[in-house]
Amino acid sequence: MRLWRRTSLNRCRLLQVSVNQKVIEQLKSRFGESNIEANEFRDELTVVVPKEIIVDVCRFLKDDSTLKFDLLADLCGIDMYTPAKRFGVIYNLYSLTSHHRIRLKTFVEEENPKLPTVSTVWATANWHERETYDMFGIIFEGHPDLRRMYLPDEFEHHPLRKDFPLMGIPGSLPLPKK
Amino acid sequence: MESHTEEVSRKSKILQALEDQNTSVSFDDPLENTMILNMGPQHPATHGVLRLLIQLDGETVIGCVPELGYLHRGYEKLAENSTYHEFIPHTDRLDYLSPMSNNTAYAIAVEKLIGIEAPPRAQYIRVMISELARISSHLMFLGSIAMDVGALTVWMWSFREREKLYDIFENIAGARFTTSYTRIGGVAQDVTPETMAMVQKFIEEFPANLEECEKLLNKNRIFVERTDGIGVLSRDEAMGLGVTGPCLRACGVSHDLRRANPYLVYKDLDFDVPVYEGGDALARYYVRMAEMKESEKILLQVLEQIPTGEVHAFKPKKVLPRKERIYTKMEELIHDFMIVNFGVEPPVGEIYSAVEAPKGELGFYLYSHGEGYPWRLKIRSPSFVNLQSLPTMLKGCMISDVVAIIGSLDPVMGEADK
Repeated sequence: MRLWRRTSLNRCRLLQVSVNQKVIEQLKSRFGESNIEANEFRDELTVVVPKEIIVDVCRFLKDDSTLKFDLLADLCGIDMYTPAKRFGVIYNLYSLTSHHRIRLKTFVEEENPKLPTVSTVWATANWHERETYDMFGIIFEGHPDLRRMYLPDEFEHHPLRKDFPLMGIPGSLPLPKK
Repeated sequence: MESHTEEVSRKSKILQALEDQNTSVSFDDPLENTMILNMGPQHPATHGVLRLLIQLDGETVIGCVPELGYLHRGYEKLAENSTYHEFIPHTDRLDYLSPMSNNTAYAIAVEKLIGIEAPPRAQYIRVMISELARISSHLMFLGSIAMDVGALTVWMWSFREREKLYDIFENIAGARFTTSYTRIGGVAQDVTPETMAMVQKFIEEFPANLEECEKLLNKNRIFVERTDGIGVLSRDEAMGLGVTGPCLRACGVSHDLRRANPYLVYKDLDFDVPVYEGGDALARYYVRMAEMKESEKILLQVLEQIPTGEVHAFKPKKVLPRKERIYTKMEELIHDFMIVNFGVEPPVGEIYSAVEAPKGELGFYLYSHGEGYPWRLKIRSPSFVNLQSLPTMLKGCMISDVVAIIGSLDPVMGEADK
């Protein structure tokens, strides 16, 4: 029972690229040409959308019967360290039916790092968003329980920001009281 | 008899006195009260430093809040400040029960970012070490869940098998526990025929030894009754919570990245994906037992099919050259100096690459600015995501089932806390 052979690798790749095209077309017809910015690298599709429509895009990708991206594989933040688009939030989606991956990306400003939560779409986003808040200080509006995931609640900084030093800030982590 | 009437009259006197003072007396019904129990972070059944706050009504769990972060070492921050090669030893410390899988997952991710591929022999070696790591990890699960529900013999027997696996890892990589065996574009060194003979011997002996353990558990009434119907997760709940790996396959979802998005040489190998419908602790146990047998099948095919040849891709500016060539060739010396000091410098771009690790989908998201250091590295660890389903599973179960459910989930805190 050999399901996959080496010769079929090229065909798989073509399939991947055609699914990417289909996703871009569907998103553009639904949310407008100007809202969708797509690029591909190593056959992986990255779609950049404005933060206002991120929940709608996620819900559409999850519920649409032809796309069905039903698994949120990963959600993480990124610090671009540029004034206009300081922080990014990245959603890696996976479809259990078509076994296809795409990536959504949205940016928030430095002064107002807020965007709506997607924990209403996928329950798994709950902890991922808590981790992103912990590491970058990005606030997910409407999140049921936005606490720090790893670091103690008294800690004031967000360590994965690029302006946080690798060796930490002395005295920033208070020792337990005697 | 006399003392009894005395007692009653004394009590009524006290009550009379209380009523005279115009006070009201109320008694708490212990079953109506909820109690908060703190479990961990130092608790033998939490498999590391997991802390649970459990709300109890009598013996029934009505709520649970897991607290993570006791083993947080900031690997993602460290990764941003080290070259792609320097991060390989850190991947050992993620899921420390299967370091070989993590090494492989990381190497595949970086290779995808750079745009190279390891030669066929290296790919077969990687499949071999991943499957050995899977058996090792599942044996740990087998021993610990049996111990959690009170069967200590299986723990000893599964560790006897793991000892043999560690001997094999020592022969392959030179270290038993923290192997750091893969390199970008290949593996550290070729496996010797002696190691292959050890693997062959292990596969020959393993089915009988596994059956011994199975005989102790499969028809053991205590084990079955403590896991059957315990910690049930429905199919939709599991998919919504992002659960992957054996825990998802125990909920009736046939999803295995080795089959769905084949990486390495898995498309040339014949194996089944075991799926069970129950969604309970017993189903998770059955899935893992069946997976060990599939891994054994894969290992047999690898031993048969493994080709000869190089274990390093020939990409001078991306892959570390061999030691003997560094000492003798000027070109290689320059490349070695550049790679060690400035890193492999992949193109600008971002990728997400995932493999089927023993615990589930282990993914690496890499964002490169074209420098020798990753701008961002995100570890998608299966234990972290799987742990999120714990409150759902614990709701409504008994306090004594908590250890069985954590055992069946098989989390590793090194990976969940990063």
